[in-house]
Amino acid sequence: MTNALRLYMHYLSQSIRSQMQYRASFIMLSFGQLLVTGVEFLAIASLFARFKHIQGWTLPEVAFLYGLINISFAFADAASRGFDIFGTMVKSGDFDRLLLRPRSTALQLAGYELTLRRIGRLLQGLIVFSWASYTLDIAWSVPKIYLVFIAIFGGTCLFIGLMIIQATIAFWTTESLELMNTMTYGGVETAQYPLPIYRIWFRKFFTYIIPLACVNYLPSLAILERGDPMGLPVILQWVAPLICIIFLIVALQIWKIGVRHYRSTGS
Amino acid sequence: MPKIANRTSSLAIKTYTAVLSARFRTLLQYRAAGFAGFGTQLFWGLIRVMIFEAFYRSSTAPQPMTVDEVVTYIWLGQAFLVLIPHRGADPDVRDMVRSGNVVYELVRPANLYFFWYSRAIAQRTAPGVFRALPMFITASLFFNMQMPPNIPATCAWIVSMLFAVLISAAITNLLNISLLWTISGEGLSLLLSSLTWLFSGLILPLLFFPDWAQATLNILPFRYLMDIPFRFYMGHIAPEQIWYHLPFQIAYLIALIAAGHLILTRGIRRLVTQGG
Repeated sequence: MTNALRLYMHYLSQSIRSQMQYRASFIMLSFGQLLVTGVEFLAIASLFARFKHIQGWTLPEVAFLYGLINISFAFADAASRGFDIFGTMVKSGDFDRLLLRPRSTALQLAGYELTLRRIGRLLQGLIVFSWASYTLDIAWSVPKIYLVFIAIFGGTCLFIGLMIIQATIAFWTTESLELMNTMTYGGVETAQYPLPIYRIWFRKFFTYIIPLACVNYLPSLAILERGDPMGLPVILQWVAPLICIIFLIVALQIWKIGVRHYRSTGS
Repeated sequence: MPKIANRTSSLAIKTYTAVLSARFRTLLQYRAAGFAGFGTQLFWGLIRVMIFEAFYRSSTAPQPMTVDEVVTYIWLGQAFLVLIPHRGADPDVRDMVRSGNVVYELVRPANLYFFWYSRAIAQRTAPGVFRALPMFITASLFFNMQMPPNIPATCAWIVSMLFAVLISAAITNLLNISLLWTISGEGLSLLLSSLTWLFSGLILPLLFFPDWAQATLNILPFRYLMDIPFRFYMGHIAPEQIWYHLPFQIAYLIALIAAGHLILTRGIRRLVTQGG
């Protein structure tokens, strides 16, 4: 285990060094991403300027949800680039090389690249989150700080799990499906607004099947001290993010089934 | 003499339409990707629609569009998403530049700009075949998408949509050309595709942006990709206004093509390929 961790750290440091070879490109790409997510937030803010609130939630409260989910997603996105390009690896047969090495394939793919330019999204998430916390004047306490950390950690686990499942499908289709982006990017978009605004089947999907509400909406209710119109038990708001660790473990098991099923394309 | 000139130009046009139709048919092969894309867009559209419906439930203040208009606008955006070059340049052109095979493009007896432009038109239309039609059917049956109110509105929409395709292909070709500058071109191309993504109306109908931003949005060419054609579709802009907007669309198209042409000529002059 410690050996695997050391190897993973080594992968990451190599990846950072190679990306730093193109510093100007790195700066431009991170800046570009900051610009895009920045204007997207401006779009949300302009809607609030015209409508004032969305079912009782004001802009700073929605910004809190927004910041939280974007921080998690930025971490997951930076760490799972290997799974992202996995479809092309299967197609070209490059995955065979990973199988020959005496380490788990999931570890090798996770260490494939730590995509630094995702820092644009991370920064923007942090800025929006800090602004929201400041404006809402949240009474921070130890339990609340703990909740923020496990919400971010749980969110990262959830998105990495989703990306692993998305990659696993490529074992069968030899093509990564765009459709799965609805779970990752679509999940981020969904979580930026409070869950009760959506239709009932949609809420249930993102609570019980994909536990997105567990890392965003539910812990935020506890931190913002708001009532839950969906009437789920309050204790759930405090432990829900941990469910996503189980989600990640399940995703890794599905991955193992996929690896056993793998047949090289032979190219 | 004029007779020969006439013949060569008609030959040239034939070449480009042949490239366009060949590329179009190649791209039509990706049916599975097309239907997966349709599913994805349906999901995205649904999220956006639910968000807007919730906003309209929360406030009775007058808005620049009615909720039905916004919903229709969102579905149109999802149906014609392929007009937005958010994936950047033509992947084949990228490979050609990386591998050096781009020199074969230079020996062709055709104008390289229009050669690539024809490919770009195919790239901005063919994948839409599997998305637009199913989207119209599904969204109007189940998700409250409206049809154009009358025939003049439909005509104005079709005309401005045609030019939207041509402008979008010109932007795509600029992205292709920027590949000739491998490293710095990447930043430029990211900037251009982000601007298109943000200011075409896709992420938010442009009228909902703050009032202080409207003047700038009106100057940019990006609104002619979605915002203006969509508003013609639902009669939000009077059909006669096409005589006001059409000259602008044509002017932007000419300017984008001229810019692309100029940059391409420069790019080729400094192009160095490795032999091998």
